[in-house]
Amino acid sequence: MFINFFFDLKQASLPVSLKEYLMLMEAMNKRVVDSFNVNDFYYLSRSALVKDERYLDKFDRVFGHSFKGLENSEGETEKEIPEEWLKLMGQKYLTDEEKKMVESLGGWDKLMETLKQRLEEQKKRHQGGSKWIGTGGTSPFGAYGYNPEGIRIGQKESRNKKAVKVWDKREFSNLDGDVELGTRNIKVALRRLRKFAREGVETELDLDNTIKSTAHKGYIDVKMMPERRNKIKVLLFFDVGGSMDAHVKICEELFSAARTEFKHMEYFYYHNCLYDAVWKDNKRRYNENIKTWDLLHKYPSDYKVIFVGDAEMSPYEITYPGGSVEFWNEESGETWLTRLLNIYENAIWLNPIPERYWDRISSASIIKQIFSDRMFPLTIEGIDQAMRELNK
Amino acid sequence: MKFEGTSSYIATEDLKVAVNAAITLERPIIVKGEPGTGKTMLAHEVAQSLGAEIITWHIKSTTKAQQGLYEYDAVTRLRDSQLGDEKVKDIKNYISKGKLWNAFESNKRPVLLIDEIDKADIEFPNDLLLELDKMEFFVYETGETIKAENRPIVIITSNNEKELPDAFLRRCFFHYIKFPDPDTMEEIVNVHYPEIKKDLIQEAFKIFYDIREVPGIKKKPSTSELIDWLKLLMTDDVDAKILREKDPKKLIPPLHGALLKNEQDVHLFERLAFISRRENENLE
Repeated sequence: MFINFFFDLKQASLPVSLKEYLMLMEAMNKRVVDSFNVNDFYYLSRSALVKDERYLDKFDRVFGHSFKGLENSEGETEKEIPEEWLKLMGQKYLTDEEKKMVESLGGWDKLMETLKQRLEEQKKRHQGGSKWIGTGGTSPFGAYGYNPEGIRIGQKESRNKKAVKVWDKREFSNLDGDVELGTRNIKVALRRLRKFAREGVETELDLDNTIKSTAHKGYIDVKMMPERRNKIKVLLFFDVGGSMDAHVKICEELFSAARTEFKHMEYFYYHNCLYDAVWKDNKRRYNENIKTWDLLHKYPSDYKVIFVGDAEMSPYEITYPGGSVEFWNEESGETWLTRLLNIYENAIWLNPIPERYWDRISSASIIKQIFSDRMFPLTIEGIDQAMRELNK
Repeated sequence: MKFEGTSSYIATEDLKVAVNAAITLERPIIVKGEPGTGKTMLAHEVAQSLGAEIITWHIKSTTKAQQGLYEYDAVTRLRDSQLGDEKVKDIKNYISKGKLWNAFESNKRPVLLIDEIDKADIEFPNDLLLELDKMEFFVYETGETIKAENRPIVIITSNNEKELPDAFLRRCFFHYIKFPDPDTMEEIVNVHYPEIKKDLIQEAFKIFYDIREVPGIKKKPSTSELIDWLKLLMTDDVDAKILREKDPKKLIPPLHGALLKNEQDVHLFERLAFISRRENENLE
């Protein structure tokens, strides 16, 4: 059973290794915890197998899945509807379409009433299916489901501690790598991109060299060397305006994280695709723009290039001269991008749109092709991969 | 040997399991969490509750793994040799022991705290892999092997500034201290200030958790900041009524300096207070 659990974790692409599994077995063997207590086993396995808070949520989900049915007998779904749920409903953002669907079920009040009824009818925890309240199903009620007008019955808010399994609370849900992007997380991801080198003022004693030189000369000859510093240099290009407005927050976060992380960083704005000019200040973009040629000449080829944009436009904006929606471009966006990629060996594109939609957006596919597949989603995982790519 | 929390430190159930696993299996435990959630405190409390000696090794950006083992003072020896000092004949005189050596030598099982390991260079944990795994190292200058008589309980804290290498993590237990919920927090406060008034706690908690929820706040106040703030409130003898104050003009909590440590956060808070004041006035 534990072996299955281990493979479940592997399958969920959690980075667990045999060594950690053996460590867990050893801990069980030495009776670190009372083996009849599921909660303690959960704590122990979590501590032995998960080494990064980003994976805690995933772990909780897999644990819940692998050991379902093992919960204590008092593990009954709560029957009371806490007020918080109702409050959460109000916060939920609904599109017009969704509102209509709610209407089809008889409106909010009706929905809540049905929910109450079902809660009363239902005695046991339930998973899957399409009527009962549980997890992963398609009924409008329950957690982690996909019904658009479903009510998420979050167990996080529960006051009745005994009845709720710890791992089902998913307390760590917002630490999952694919979910939340705070500047701090971005910074950690950006830190992958580092290259230390000794350059500049000589401030440190070079002991090895001093000894060698002293032995050579016969008197103490102190040698110094410069401090190790990150010498990565980055050019950041941000798409602004239009469809990018929806992604402003995440771009801001990326920008502020990048600014603190990289000492040598230059940023520029563009719209939709790179053409013959970029700009540094959106208020004065028409007066103070920078010719792309100047930029390509100014920054040497050891700069790493990061493009941020949704790559969502008409394909003509990339492939044809004069395709830009804003002005007459003599040369196509593709020409400019290729020109840039020819100079900078390390370049990637970060896309705030989830990866699964890229294939359906033809402009995104074209750009991905121009970048020889180096397009990554703007999530922690994505940035992480992108930085590895840039480090190559 | 079992860690059960102490009268001055509230340990949650999962933390206890993780620590005890690390003690039993003689492996290091890595503790992560928001700043101010008691990561460093944990090591001291474990040492205290087990009656063990604590050896702390604070890591800085310049710390090298070798410094934890030992340092060979070649320059002094060279100078002594030029002066014809007798000491120079024994190389041992120029080897100073590091924290790991101290911990390995201890004749009673000690607690070794490696504090803020993420501050050091990215390769630092890798350089300690073998030493922490085998609990032994080799001194090249004297040719002796130092082996731990009693494998120390190693507690490592990290603030997540750098990712730790997988090979290192695989050898450790891991615990993420999540931010305490109000119930646990009340226990923690009671441990620190048993004589604090109930109503003061209630009102202070409300403000505290509200501040943490403010969207866009840069540095969320943490447990240690709450403890400091409560102490200030108590020394200034602030009445719970003042905290309950609904007067819009006094929306910023008294002595907020203890909670908001960042200029932008104070501004943000003032602005929010201003907006809510305006809304209140409109209501009236």
